[in-house]
Amino acid sequence: MSDNKNHDDLDYETTGHEWDGIKEYNKPLPKWWLYTFYACIVWAIGYSIAYPAWPGIKAATPGLLGFSTRVNVAKAIEAHEAELAPINAKLAAADLGAIPDDQELLTYANNAGAAVFLTWCAQCHGSGAAGAKGYPNLLDDDWLWGGSIEAIHETISHGIRNEVDDMARWSEMPAFGRDELLAEEEVVQAVNYVMQLSGQTPKDAAAAEAGAEVFEINCTGCHMEDGTGDRYQGAPNLTDAIWLYGGDYDSLYQTVYNSRFGVMPPMGGAELSEAEIRAVATYVHGLGGGEASED
Amino acid sequence: MLNYLKLIVLGLIAIFSMIAINYARDVAYMIHAIIILAVSAGLFVWVLRHTDEPVTPAPQNEYMDGVIRYGVIATAFWGVTGFLVGTWIATQLAFPSLNYEWAQGYMNFGRLRPLHTSAVIFAFGGNALIATSFYVVQRTSAARLWGGGLAWFVFWGYQLFIVLAATGYVLGSTQSKEYAEPEWYVDLWLTLVWVAYLAVFVGTLVKRKEPHIYVANWFFLSFILTVAMLHIFNNMSIPVSIWGSKSVQVFSGVQDAMTQWWYGHNAVGFFLTAGFLGMMYYFVPKQAERPVFSYKLSIIHFWALIFLYIWAGPHHLHYTALPDWASTLGMVFSIVLWMPSWGGMINGLMTLSGAWDKLRTDPVIRMMVISVGFYGMSTFEGPMMSIRAVNSLSHYTDWTIGHVHSGALGWNGMITFGALYYLVPKLWNRERLYSLSMVSWHFWLATIGIVLYAASMWVTGIMEGLMWREVDANGFLVNSFADTVAAKFPMYVVRATGGGLFLTGALIMCYNLWMTATRSPAVEADAAVAHATPAE
Repeated sequence: MSDNKNHDDLDYETTGHEWDGIKEYNKPLPKWWLYTFYACIVWAIGYSIAYPAWPGIKAATPGLLGFSTRVNVAKAIEAHEAELAPINAKLAAADLGAIPDDQELLTYANNAGAAVFLTWCAQCHGSGAAGAKGYPNLLDDDWLWGGSIEAIHETISHGIRNEVDDMARWSEMPAFGRDELLAEEEVVQAVNYVMQLSGQTPKDAAAAEAGAEVFEINCTGCHMEDGTGDRYQGAPNLTDAIWLYGGDYDSLYQTVYNSRFGVMPPMGGAELSEAEIRAVATYVHGLGGGEASED
Repeated sequence: MLNYLKLIVLGLIAIFSMIAINYARDVAYMIHAIIILAVSAGLFVWVLRHTDEPVTPAPQNEYMDGVIRYGVIATAFWGVTGFLVGTWIATQLAFPSLNYEWAQGYMNFGRLRPLHTSAVIFAFGGNALIATSFYVVQRTSAARLWGGGLAWFVFWGYQLFIVLAATGYVLGSTQSKEYAEPEWYVDLWLTLVWVAYLAVFVGTLVKRKEPHIYVANWFFLSFILTVAMLHIFNNMSIPVSIWGSKSVQVFSGVQDAMTQWWYGHNAVGFFLTAGFLGMMYYFVPKQAERPVFSYKLSIIHFWALIFLYIWAGPHHLHYTALPDWASTLGMVFSIVLWMPSWGGMINGLMTLSGAWDKLRTDPVIRMMVISVGFYGMSTFEGPMMSIRAVNSLSHYTDWTIGHVHSGALGWNGMITFGALYYLVPKLWNRERLYSLSMVSWHFWLATIGIVLYAASMWVTGIMEGLMWREVDANGFLVNSFADTVAAKFPMYVVRATGGGLFLTGALIMCYNLWMTATRSPAVEADAAVAHATPAE
């Protein structure tokens, strides 16, 4: 069969043009090609009548179907919100402390909270909520500002040390070295003392001993006599093995010398609805370290 | 006289570069000024030493092939460079720790990615287009290249553009427009080179000895003209300072986005499609030794293609701030474009009718055929992805990257390899290629590499598209972005492996071409000189 075809081809007339040995047949357009091309054109004309397409002087043709991506997405959001309105209203009105005990609310809040977390919180705290240097781990039971659902709710609503929300939780550790509140030697002593306090071997045992007094005078106001910290001031517990910025000598030196100033934006107001904040607070509370509500 | 003029111009450029080095506001600009100083000072000395030498006029009845030989070498060199960087950044995506700390700001993914895209599209593809268009326009016009040494200016000027663009990316000079990253002075230089390219090409066509212009040259000419227009409009910007690389775009917001993708899509349409179709229309019939299938089809699909392509850009901006009407038109024109694109595929494949047996014996023709096959596949996939509903799944996913690569590796890469295998024995007066079995190896490595690449990107692209839109019973998103990144890991390894195979094939090609040029038996001296005589 193919032999016959070859023979036909060889007999077919060329256009008579030739360039560098290349000749051209002038075979007709393949029918399937031509008709598919026509079909595409017909479809294109029909589609551009049905959908917004041709620009005019003031506006484009809107299309017969009234299609609009902006309207469509607004409708989809509206439908989604209408569907969830009853349970969101229930969540927003519930007593915060009671949410973990209400099975319906708890299930909903965990699903919704996970979605909110992955969208708004995962950038800093990680999608698994394990945090990173400077961004607290939310899986453990070590809380800077409190681990009850109410405390978590407040932190999420107003944020930490931001200029946006007047009710943001606020505290500021002095930059003891940079602002010359302590002499270089005293900074080194305090750092060594803190290492000892947390059960590590200090870099310089003598300095650690001398650091007790420096700590007593300068640090106990926030970190307390025994170094266990104070949640009202967001002052970390220095006696455990959990460190936000690192517990090795160099990191601690940086912290004491320059201080740290971790900021979290407020999620209340424009960003998230009350129901969403409650959902994500419930979700974070349920990750493992949540504490019982205070009376 | 001309030499004195050259000396004055080169001297002025050198002096200006010295001042520019002194006042440079950023590192990229300073390094570029140093490069330009070195080039202009070197050329100054070279011109000076050759001044007053007797000039022998070039023989007008011989083709100008020296510049094409350089073009072939540059194509192979930049190809391997571009594939190497591509394979490296694909590996970086799979293993992010390869973004070494010590190399941050120079060798991290963000800096190397535009280096890769520009190296393969503009350095590899551009050199291939310039070299083959110079070859084809001379043969099919039976005329020597017009403009004397201007073709050399085009070649070296283009290499300078590539070096400036590449060093600029690594040093952080970019206007952040995809495929149009180089800053204002590099753009100005490219404009100058491109106008010279147009002049050489049109000049040669004008003095042709054949009555008609061959179809390959229609495509080359449309490519050169349109790229000039695209380049100028998309790069309209105002430099912040004449002593710095930063510039500010003239357009802003959605107008800027629309201009960018009008440019970006037509860079694909005219650079990577029309230009390479020009290549296809010469090398496929030559290698197959068969007449082109249909003159009528060439005319219809040529005009339909260049008329329709220019409107298809908005499909890159579905579901963005772009108004719906523009988005609809972009989609509609893309779909009508399907058949005109396939016209080129039909003309390429059907030219082989009567010579299909050559697929068994000639690996070069096999390369060209699979190239046209990938062309057909990509030009079906493209219109499909431009459909709004499909695009809502595919956009921003790896599917797009897979689509681009089945076109770039499959169509542009393979047709260029085919052309190089055709050209090297001819240009270096050799009887035949050094090794056909190496061509076979190259063919299979490259083909398997492309299949691994495209298939893995389909899988991960559709997977991440589905993961992004996955919602639970309450309508909440299930996955975070990082979840989708983690899920893509195995496919990223497959992709990098595919790239490695493609690169290996290209290295085998370079060895084969080198051995062809140096070791293959030479053609007898008489027949060696290519004469510019019209075909019978």
